[in-house]
Amino acid sequence: MKFAVITFPGSNCDQDVLHVSQNVFNINTVMLWHNQVKNLEEYDCVILPGGFSYGDYLRSGAIARFSSIMEAVIDYANNGGLVMGICNGFQILLEAGLLPGAMKVNNSLKFVCKYTSVRIDNSDTAFTNACDEGEVFKIPVAHGEGNYYIDKEGLEELKNNKQIVMRYLNDEENPNGSVDNIAGICNKEKNVFGLMPHPERCSEKILGGSSGDGYKIFASIVETVETLLKGSDNNG
Amino acid sequence: MVWNVKVETRLKESILDPQGQAVEKGLDALGYKNVSDVHVGKYMELTIEEVEDKKELEKQLDEMCQRLLANPVIEDYSFQVEKGD
Repeated sequence: MKFAVITFPGSNCDQDVLHVSQNVFNINTVMLWHNQVKNLEEYDCVILPGGFSYGDYLRSGAIARFSSIMEAVIDYANNGGLVMGICNGFQILLEAGLLPGAMKVNNSLKFVCKYTSVRIDNSDTAFTNACDEGEVFKIPVAHGEGNYYIDKEGLEELKNNKQIVMRYLNDEENPNGSVDNIAGICNKEKNVFGLMPHPERCSEKILGGSSGDGYKIFASIVETVETLLKGSDNNG
Repeated sequence: MVWNVKVETRLKESILDPQGQAVEKGLDALGYKNVSDVHVGKYMELTIEEVEDKKELEKQLDEMCQRLLANPVIEDYSFQVEKGD
């Protein structure tokens, strides 16, 4: 099993993701610089970490979206590869059109950094299959532009396709004003996942992940990849 | 031909603009009670060369706005062009 974490100029959660992937889950994890690689086929999961790529100039993720590695990410995703974007990574996936919708500035106009309660609304994805549906996690958020927006038709489509993977528990827990309290969504094919909360910041008990909160997101991916790898072994 | 271009982007009318609302409240607090519909957008200045035809230029600007300068999911854009020196 081999994971890749992409570092853009201004990413600042890449080392945290690397730590969880490598030290908590013992996964062979490679750090990739944004203009380094043209092909991601050898990886079982590609993670776009949080941060402020290109200073968030213009719009969060707008410039990172045109980093040369993003062409490879788009190819990889279109071929069914597992892609997870956390926070700024989520914003980049939106700008790249791999996920629907867009981010606005938080309704409070403030950068919000705190724990929030989120509920798993779909546990039937590659990124949440180790979680229970309806399970409530305490996960930290840290962002100024996490106010997810999608129009009415788009929201209906998300609901019909079960693409809303996690929501803030209620309006009070919603730190940014996102439509329908959305915290994380996936694409129709369910191989691309974006979320504003930071699972890599609560994947160990010492960091408050006592109920396994962030840990379970990574555990889900590992489980998915293990199943996929077993399947391909049996076939060949 | 050298063109001076001004590009503006702003959130679509139908989309709540928290920055505009905050500015409106601020103006209200200063006593300007007759102000409404405040929208905060972005303003960019560009110089573009090696295009002779205005239609061609506008086509390029449209493309640049759609691809990068604006996010068409939530933003509208407009631009003004004038011949430079």
